[in-house]
Amino acid sequence: MRLLLVSGRQFIRVVTATTTGKIALAICLLCLVIGVFAPWIAPFDPAQKHYEAGKLLRLSPPSWKHWLGTTSLGRDVLSQMIWGVRPALLVGFSVALGSAIIGANIGLLAGYFGGRLDNALMRFTDIVMGVPFLPFVIVMLSVTGKGLWSLILAMVLVMWRASARIIRAQVLSLKEMPFVSAARITGGSELAILYREIAPNILPLALVNMAFTLAWAITTEASIGFLGFGDPDVISWGGIIYDAFASQAMYRAPWWVAPPGIAIMVLVSAVYLVGREYESVVNPRLGGR
Amino acid sequence: MTSFLLRRLGFMLLTLFVMASAMFFLFRLLPGDPTATVISPALHPDAQAVLKARFGLDKPLWQQYLAYIANLARLDFGYSFETARPVSEVIGDRLANTLLLLLPSLIAAYVVGALIGAFIAWRRAGALDTIIVVLATALQSAPVFWVGMMAILFFSLHLDLFPVGHIVTPGRQMEPGLMGYLDPDVLHHLALPFFVNFAYQLCFPLLLMRTSMLATIGEDFIDLARMKGLSERKVLMRHAMRNALLPLATTLPMLLGWAVAGSVVIETVFSWPGLGLLMVGAVERNDYPVVQACFMLSALLTVMGTFIADLLYGALDPRIAYE
Repeated sequence: MRLLLVSGRQFIRVVTATTTGKIALAICLLCLVIGVFAPWIAPFDPAQKHYEAGKLLRLSPPSWKHWLGTTSLGRDVLSQMIWGVRPALLVGFSVALGSAIIGANIGLLAGYFGGRLDNALMRFTDIVMGVPFLPFVIVMLSVTGKGLWSLILAMVLVMWRASARIIRAQVLSLKEMPFVSAARITGGSELAILYREIAPNILPLALVNMAFTLAWAITTEASIGFLGFGDPDVISWGGIIYDAFASQAMYRAPWWVAPPGIAIMVLVSAVYLVGREYESVVNPRLGGR
Repeated sequence: MTSFLLRRLGFMLLTLFVMASAMFFLFRLLPGDPTATVISPALHPDAQAVLKARFGLDKPLWQQYLAYIANLARLDFGYSFETARPVSEVIGDRLANTLLLLLPSLIAAYVVGALIGAFIAWRRAGALDTIIVVLATALQSAPVFWVGMMAILFFSLHLDLFPVGHIVTPGRQMEPGLMGYLDPDVLHHLALPFFVNFAYQLCFPLLLMRTSMLATIGEDFIDLARMKGLSERKVLMRHAMRNALLPLATTLPMLLGWAVAGSVVIETVFSWPGLGLLMVGAVERNDYPVVQACFMLSALLTVMGTFIADLLYGALDPRIAYE
């Protein structure tokens, strides 16, 4: 617990050291706040159909009542946008966390024990490296059915591969360090050395990877939503673009289709930049700033 | 070298074999009748029984599995539910169409991206550098299907420069064979998705090359090359860029993975008749044999990409020995 607190403090100190980092982190936090308080911030129920003079308010351009206009079904675009933060962040964080846990464990075990275990785990990782990502997620969703958690599961099953390799390489060099032999002399068991001594040292690298996975997961969630495989009960940014695309009104209603794309672009850039700021300090291969 | 090639090829086959097996068992995990993955449940029960016998689905699972792998090895993907035609016929030109969209833009993006990245790092181009980095990061983060839609909105509908989708003008037929792809009408349809794909794939090699060049420029051998009196051009091309290219070669498989993912959504936006569009449609219609075939072909593309990247890496870095 203390370790997490220390890493968290270091993370914030490193990222807020530059202007880019400050802005990027602020955007991420803003999205988090919007996501948590979506029901109180959104001006309307996102599924509510709006009428004007008894007629459905179809594709209304932005107005005082509807800042981002309405959809072809007379729904408020701004409210949909605000609710759409939720699945983006939920999928992003769950996938990042799940992939980090699997990837870190595989990397730790393979790097530390070496030999046959290493060989087997790394060949397995190589095979997973060959899996075409988006087609795999689509196939999984066609088997398990559409849903937020099936989507998260499908993504985690593949996404761990990147961090496993990077963390293994780091463990290979860490295990030659004096503190590892010191722990061995004082009688620590192999697993205790691995998880108490080595694992805390790969935490920064795992965090960097989590940021990049998070960015990629948000994009993928949007792609899946856009292809029409998103959870039908959840309003997501990709889903908003899908609705606009499927209704064939997108080219007449830029206020409907532009905001979700811009939102994804801004959030993903911010997450990516936070990851890069942090990486420039903690990745030994980049040699500090 | 030969043994390295053989080992890599062997591993490629193993990878595809594992994926094919995973597919086989995955589709049999479907809720309900497992044969529903091969025979449409919409058929009359008697017809289903006849088909089951014909496809060998009344046999035990392990025999089915062996038959499935043997068929895959012969590139026989079975029959489409929807049209009852052989899947290979349904796929037809789809793979070639996807490659036409994917490969030229990927190669162009890699070359141009590496050059721009190397250039801005070499010149330490202050404000220009910042602008390019921010633009590239934003473009890389923007969902590519959305960029495609915006491009259609502006270039096709507003300026009326390009068609809004498809591979040929509706009503026209594509000429069979390679010549079909050089048809001006096809190239006109290709232009917009090509540029969108190009812009999307450009950012990653650009940013990576920039970082890699910045690290390389600080190395001693660059100073040495300068001290030898080599021209700046030679230092840049022969010494700095060649070394800085290594990370680009190692990440090529990753980028290819993104490119395959990107092509699925771009094909959907532009109604481009490739593998991705076929796959998305087949999932919606529960046409599992077609879904499986599309997946295996995209896997083949990804695995081949990794193989080529390995070879490239060896060609770039003489320190790598093919044991």
